[in-house]
Amino acid sequence: MKKFLFKRAISSAISLLLLIVAVFFLSRLTGDPTDLYLPVDASQEARDNFRAINGLDQPLIVQFGRYVWDVLHLDFGDSIRRARPALEVVIEAFAWTLQLALITMFLVSLAAIILGSLAAFKVGGFFDRIATFFSLIGAAAPDFWVAIVAIVIFSLGLGWLPTSGTGTPLHWILPIAVLFIRPFGLILQVVRGSMINALSSAYVKTARAKGVTPKKQVFVHALRNGMLPVITVIGDQAAGMLNGAVIVETIFGFPGVGKLMIDSILQRDFSVILAAIMVTAIAIFLMNILIDLAYAALDPRIRY
Amino acid sequence: MAEPLLEVRNLSVTFHTARGPVEAVRNVSWQVAPGEVLAILGESGSGKSVSASAVMDLIDCPPGEITSGEIIYRGRDLLKLSADERREINGKRIAMIFQDPLSHLNPVYTVGWQIEEALTTHGTPKDKARVETISLLDKVGIPNPEASARKYPHQFSGGQRQRLMIAMALALRPDVLIADEPTTALDVTVQAQILALLEQLQHETGMALLIITHDLGVVAEIADRVVVMNAGEIVEQGTAAEVYANPQHPYTKRLIGAAPGKGAIHDDPPTTEPILLLQNVCKKYGEFEALKGCSFELCEGETLAIVGESGSGKSTTARVLLRLEEPTSGRAMYHGRDLFALTPRELFEMRRDIQMVFQDPTQSLNPRMTVYQIISEAWAIHPEILPKARWRERVAELLGQVGLKPEHAHRYPHQFSGGQRQRIAIARALALEPRVIVCDEAVSALDVQVQAQVIELLDKLKDEFGLSYIFIAHDLPVVRDFADRVIVMQKGQIVEQGPVRDIFENPRETYTRNLLAASLDPDPEVQARRRAERLSKEVA
Repeated sequence: MKKFLFKRAISSAISLLLLIVAVFFLSRLTGDPTDLYLPVDASQEARDNFRAINGLDQPLIVQFGRYVWDVLHLDFGDSIRRARPALEVVIEAFAWTLQLALITMFLVSLAAIILGSLAAFKVGGFFDRIATFFSLIGAAAPDFWVAIVAIVIFSLGLGWLPTSGTGTPLHWILPIAVLFIRPFGLILQVVRGSMINALSSAYVKTARAKGVTPKKQVFVHALRNGMLPVITVIGDQAAGMLNGAVIVETIFGFPGVGKLMIDSILQRDFSVILAAIMVTAIAIFLMNILIDLAYAALDPRIRY
Repeated sequence: MAEPLLEVRNLSVTFHTARGPVEAVRNVSWQVAPGEVLAILGESGSGKSVSASAVMDLIDCPPGEITSGEIIYRGRDLLKLSADERREINGKRIAMIFQDPLSHLNPVYTVGWQIEEALTTHGTPKDKARVETISLLDKVGIPNPEASARKYPHQFSGGQRQRLMIAMALALRPDVLIADEPTTALDVTVQAQILALLEQLQHETGMALLIITHDLGVVAEIADRVVVMNAGEIVEQGTAAEVYANPQHPYTKRLIGAAPGKGAIHDDPPTTEPILLLQNVCKKYGEFEALKGCSFELCEGETLAIVGESGSGKSTTARVLLRLEEPTSGRAMYHGRDLFALTPRELFEMRRDIQMVFQDPTQSLNPRMTVYQIISEAWAIHPEILPKARWRERVAELLGQVGLKPEHAHRYPHQFSGGQRQRIAIARALALEPRVIVCDEAVSALDVQVQAQVIELLDKLKDEFGLSYIFIAHDLPVVRDFADRVIVMQKGQIVEQGPVRDIFENPRETYTRNLLAASLDPDPEVQARRRAERLSKEVA
């Protein structure tokens, strides 16, 4: 297991390095930042000055070398727009996204696992119909539309919930609810399929022959086996959310990393983009390790 | 006879399948008394397991439905009890073990936990259950019970896993133990040990034992009485000795007649030149040596059997010989050329000459191809054998030779029975006009009657086409009837080889002798004699 984690860390480090390189060259392809930051009628002198301050007058290779050196020291430079260290700005935003993602994914997983298991226990039964309904909704409803309709109904119409921003627990309800829908439908389907498989397996038959209650057949014997494919999908969905739930964060004015990234791209705030990419990449790497650990915890055949 | 403990009366069960309702069993009645061993004997699809599933409430409804009958246990009709009352009886009063213990044990919990659960489910306190579990493991012969309790199912061997299942089933000292094909996937020596363990535990507890099996040998070894089932109905019942010696129903007669190990031994091995010569063949998987220097020869027109238990390297030999896997070292001389040193081009041509028939035709035939496509594919790959214009005609001819009809060519594999599928696999191998056919457990998955037919077919084809067979099997009676010469393998090495009569009647090596002693004879009298010998040896 340790050896496995070590290997995993090495391969992730290589991926991160490649990512650093790619980010630099791709961001330079989009144009000279000077054109964006300075007014169109800025003097040549002002432009040169700006370039000198930000090191943009150096040859590309020197810029690249300095960039790699800085990144390796976790120095992403200052946000040009905010005049603060980019990393600080990103971590602040990332903390918001992380909370949002953790709460949402926790609720999604809990609900999907319980409802999916119940649906699988009696295929075609009451819970199975509910599960089918939610899966369809999850697959069919685009989140930007749901978000807007939710604002219209619950904020503007009923006046129960705030339209945007943060501050009170009430501010969290709509973003979480909207983010919930799609992964819930998807994970529900995976849980249901995987549990139908697990419940028809031979070891559940053994449990029945032992006189184990149906509740334990489902939630003790089948669930732990049925969770293996589910964990992969949960991880995948969580990764998507950590990358920033761009649409939801933008609509609800939520100060997360998704919104920050979009803003920074529009403003050509390279340092922030770079820091955001690195932070989310590391977060996703850590989450993959968590998934591997969860796999090993659930399935002894991986451990031994 | 003692009062019956468990009695099934006129049970009928219908399964609702996609193709409509199928009556799996009709009016099945049997009973078992304390201390008695009842065997339900039947081939696949006979419905032999259905009544036991009904006893354990393991029939899912739907698709299965009990349409009539009663299951009386200690004076109460189980079918009239509530689900909770049934659960009280399951595991505590009536317990069950299954075929393939690996899939019947939960892979993600320790075996100790799973045995404890059987106890705690029925009210044993946790600490007491833990102590009891250790002593159970000890009783069923698991080494290091304390440490073993903390291990997971995949860390045990097949025989040990069945012991674990038995420990779990016997945890609460049930009155009735139902064993559904308990030894089917196990090696013969392990099978003998498990049957002996079941018998010993039954003597100790006085429980009733119901064994469901397809194997006349298991019946002969352990059963007091036997119920013979065919196509969902009981055709005959009586004591094991009675039914074997004097079968009444034509089906039983056929079944007993088809039992291998009773035919004439091949005494006239062909005195021809060897066409295939293996020298010092080794195969390593990492550190593990699957083959440790095997040498043997195959003569023209000969049937050479390779026998051995799982892990003996017999299948590896076949795979290496066909270059499905690369040998680590050694030579295989065929017509003066080393098969292991051929260039890809030469190997391609050579593949025509050596063909293989696999164990499970359900898996080895492509389900999306028609029989015509499966057979004619050989000629698409080796076009020099047959011009395309003659394919249709030749497929029909081959199907005729393996006992199928020309019109079967346009069906898919799933539309055939297991035995028919194996015939298709043989026709596919024959299409290339090979010199040698390697049969890897080619009849193991088949019912005895079908097995006998396929063996007969192979024998006939050998004479017709002058084929040589390498026949890999774990089932000694089949080998006895079919082979000219036998190689006995153990742990990657050949321990003994010789003409079939010498191996079976005069084995030199202890391993061969043990293997033969453990293999079960369908005749209860022969089996009783062997047991007496075994017991006297144990005493001495």
